[in-house]
Amino acid sequence: MPKLTIDGKEIEVEAGTNLIEAARRLGIEVPHYCYHPGLSIAGQCRLCMVDIEKAPRPTIACNTQATDGMVVHTQTDRVKETRRSMMEFHLINHPLDCPVCDQAGECWLQIYYMKHGLYDPRMTDEKVHKPKAVPLGSHVMLDAERCILCSRCVRFCDEITGTGELGIFNRGDHSEIGLFPGQDLENNYSGNVVDICPVGALTDRDFRFQVRVWYLDSTKSVCPGCARGCNIDVHVNRKRPHHAGGRRVARLKPRFNAAVNAWWICDVGRYGFDAVDDVTRVALPQRRADGQLADIDWSEALAAVADALRRLTPDEIAILASAQQSNEDLFAIKRLCEQRGIRQVAFRSPAAPATADDDFLLRADRNPNTRGAELIGLDGDAAGVLSAARAGRIKLLWVFEHDLLGAGWPADTAQALERVETLVWSGANHNATTARAHHVLPLAAWVERDGTFTNFLGRVQRFRATVEPLGEALAGWDVVGRVLTAQGVPATGTRAEHWFRELTKSVVAFAGLTYQAIGDGGAMVSGAAATTAPLPPGRRAGAKATA
Amino acid sequence: MAERVLMRNFERPNCHTLAVYREHGGYAAWDKARQIEPAALVEEVKHSNLRGLGGAGFPTGAKWSFIPKSHTGPVYLVVNADEGEPGTFKDRYLLEKDPHALIEGMLIAARAIRAALGFVYVRGEYVQPWRRFSAAVQEAYEAGLLGAGFDIVVHRGAGAYICGEETGLISSLEGKKGWPKVKPPFPAIKGAFAQPTIVNNVETLACVPPIISRGAAWFAGLGTKTQGGTRMYSVSGRVKKPAVYETSVSITLRQLIELAGGVSHSGRLKAVVPGGGSAPILTADEIDVVMDVDGLKAAGSMIGSAGVIVLDESASIPEALMVLARFYAHESCGQCTPCRESTGWIYKMVHRLVDGHGRKDDLDTIIDVAKRGAGTTICAFYDGAVGPYISYIQKFRSEFEALCRS
Repeated sequence: MPKLTIDGKEIEVEAGTNLIEAARRLGIEVPHYCYHPGLSIAGQCRLCMVDIEKAPRPTIACNTQATDGMVVHTQTDRVKETRRSMMEFHLINHPLDCPVCDQAGECWLQIYYMKHGLYDPRMTDEKVHKPKAVPLGSHVMLDAERCILCSRCVRFCDEITGTGELGIFNRGDHSEIGLFPGQDLENNYSGNVVDICPVGALTDRDFRFQVRVWYLDSTKSVCPGCARGCNIDVHVNRKRPHHAGGRRVARLKPRFNAAVNAWWICDVGRYGFDAVDDVTRVALPQRRADGQLADIDWSEALAAVADALRRLTPDEIAILASAQQSNEDLFAIKRLCEQRGIRQVAFRSPAAPATADDDFLLRADRNPNTRGAELIGLDGDAAGVLSAARAGRIKLLWVFEHDLLGAGWPADTAQALERVETLVWSGANHNATTARAHHVLPLAAWVERDGTFTNFLGRVQRFRATVEPLGEALAGWDVVGRVLTAQGVPATGTRAEHWFRELTKSVVAFAGLTYQAIGDGGAMVSGAAATTAPLPPGRRAGAKATA
Repeated sequence: MAERVLMRNFERPNCHTLAVYREHGGYAAWDKARQIEPAALVEEVKHSNLRGLGGAGFPTGAKWSFIPKSHTGPVYLVVNADEGEPGTFKDRYLLEKDPHALIEGMLIAARAIRAALGFVYVRGEYVQPWRRFSAAVQEAYEAGLLGAGFDIVVHRGAGAYICGEETGLISSLEGKKGWPKVKPPFPAIKGAFAQPTIVNNVETLACVPPIISRGAAWFAGLGTKTQGGTRMYSVSGRVKKPAVYETSVSITLRQLIELAGGVSHSGRLKAVVPGGGSAPILTADEIDVVMDVDGLKAAGSMIGSAGVIVLDESASIPEALMVLARFYAHESCGQCTPCRESTGWIYKMVHRLVDGHGRKDDLDTIIDVAKRGAGTTICAFYDGAVGPYISYIQKFRSEFEALCRS
């Protein structure tokens, strides 16, 4: 392995490591635009120049591999002057419209100008004009004047999705990003081009003009959109609640995890958070009285459910949990079943999902925690529960999250529900089933609580509370825990982590795991093999050849 | 005038045909080369001091020797016939008048580098040269010269100057946008279709058959100490007999202008562009310079493609620079930021100066911007533009200042 010196510090790196990555490991930032660790080397922004001893002039760090004995300087006067020059070139034809640009605040043109540029503009002639506000697809808007032609988006569509919608057209300072004739940027990963665009050229049509980025807070989380569990950052707007129509979750951004999703997430997950701030959210516990749902206190609601559970025999009770719930929620349900001897419990809708895996990250199973529910032992017979209900044998049915009148459930489910004496429904958003429920218990959405999901390969990953629960919504483990307490069971705890600790003690697959051990990157359940992110379609054998 | 080596057949009727080419010794060099080991061919070309005649002047034999010895897959020979350097029109005549000289040179070069396939990338605007060369390839196939271990694919460009840059050419040949590639890897290691590739200019390869026929020592003796042979100088502009002149590379610029009939129009020389548009300009008293690679390098300019553009006293240097600046702004491929952005900006400034709206500090800005961008890009295009930007202003500053308002 080559050992080299960068700014006086020695480091040993794997053969093939370029100088940007080698420097990064020493905490030295080499400014760059076109280089992206997930894409091929383009070498065209010319910003990442460093001085290498014995080289006649500064060299681009992205296309230079570390060699043994190499001595690199990133802060010589010559390098600094080169950076200033490159910044000037980048900004010659840039519109400098930061006040109205969505990228302002997270724009690498701004950041590097402040760090390395700091010159007075000398360009007094008319700038080159190019198309603005061009929709490339459902999710992405192009401003060609802001574009610095780093070609990251083009390489993404060539090398990652393999769909090749984008190209650079024309020549010289009239070069511009665009769609090939007859194409739209409609692949399921289109939102990633916005993330990798270092400037305000590609903006997110869902996010643009909603809220300034400096008002956002970021929390590490996991996408609940499918069984993959892509690592994400949740960006929320707590500081300007009057912006974006009161929407608290502003956007989801991919978070690098080599074992799961690398740098990318799909559009289904990225734009799948609308329910969080939707008008259908349940804010308060409700009870049906005279055919109408009316708000009640939690104490009243919990007492009613606890009373019914106590009154009935275990065979008269059934629970339909959900793979949308966390390991902690599901374990609390498991505890309740054990405590009351309830055997009729399931989490899976009887029909197979109507969706299919896509060719990269998105799984047909759109639930984040199917594997967790299986491991915790809730994989019962949902169809059996429904036929028992239809036969009048179920007096109390407690449903979590599901819409039993929606897709995936038998057509005669409505008749089954009619025969249930007490239908308790807990979830975050009203659906057709809540309209038939006798009790509605509001659950916190995934961004409003802590917890863990187990992905389809057995990776346990943490998501975190980033906004307050809406109204009086509670986490699932909290609701079930309170019901258990009302049954006289000693309280397990007041945090998700307490429930996770209990889970690790009683479900062997989780043994030894802690929130600390899971950390930001997740940890495998026992017996599951380590994973890596799938090979992108654009890099598979037979994919269209790229540069 | 020295012996004509490259243009030896140009005066003969039907010199572009196989029959006439053969009649005057054509393909004898190939017959000889077939008996010589590839490595010995490379050595012979090394000893001839043949240097690339497309612009960079790199020693041809040395270039051929860069093909990795351990490589077992295909090797490609690519001929750069995308002659686009302003003021250069020599390859055109070779393709039109002696296409078999190139084919014979390709056969020998292909044997030397063990290539079974050659591509000839012909400039899109060169319709007649393309027709003539394609017809010659057809004749060579019919005569069994091609198709027996070596094949030629003729490919036409679509009119981009940058496709004359060897890796831009390769990108274009591969069906991609004609963007030069980041180096390393160099083409000899990973070139066309990711295989080792040698890219040679038309004229360079046309030199190879005479070298094999008559020996490296003879060829080396035609030129100077560091460059062998003769070459074809495209002489244009304010001379009485603009044309392509083949002479020894030891000729001086003054002699070459005389060969072309001397300065026309006012009859008084103002400046000369000695090696195509990208060569820094020389003033009237800088023309006692030997027209080989090292002679012009020493004079602060470059021989490039040997396109000699003569300007007399009545020519405007700022206008000449504006024409060139427009060319570079138009032809920059747009890949690297410094070139993409500043060629356009510099053209705007020069245009403004010529229009009478210039400021004196524009001149310093142009020179500073050019210097800042020089040597920072993937290919040599921008360095080619920088030569004129800086030299025209530095050597003829008063002419520019006279146009400025303040």
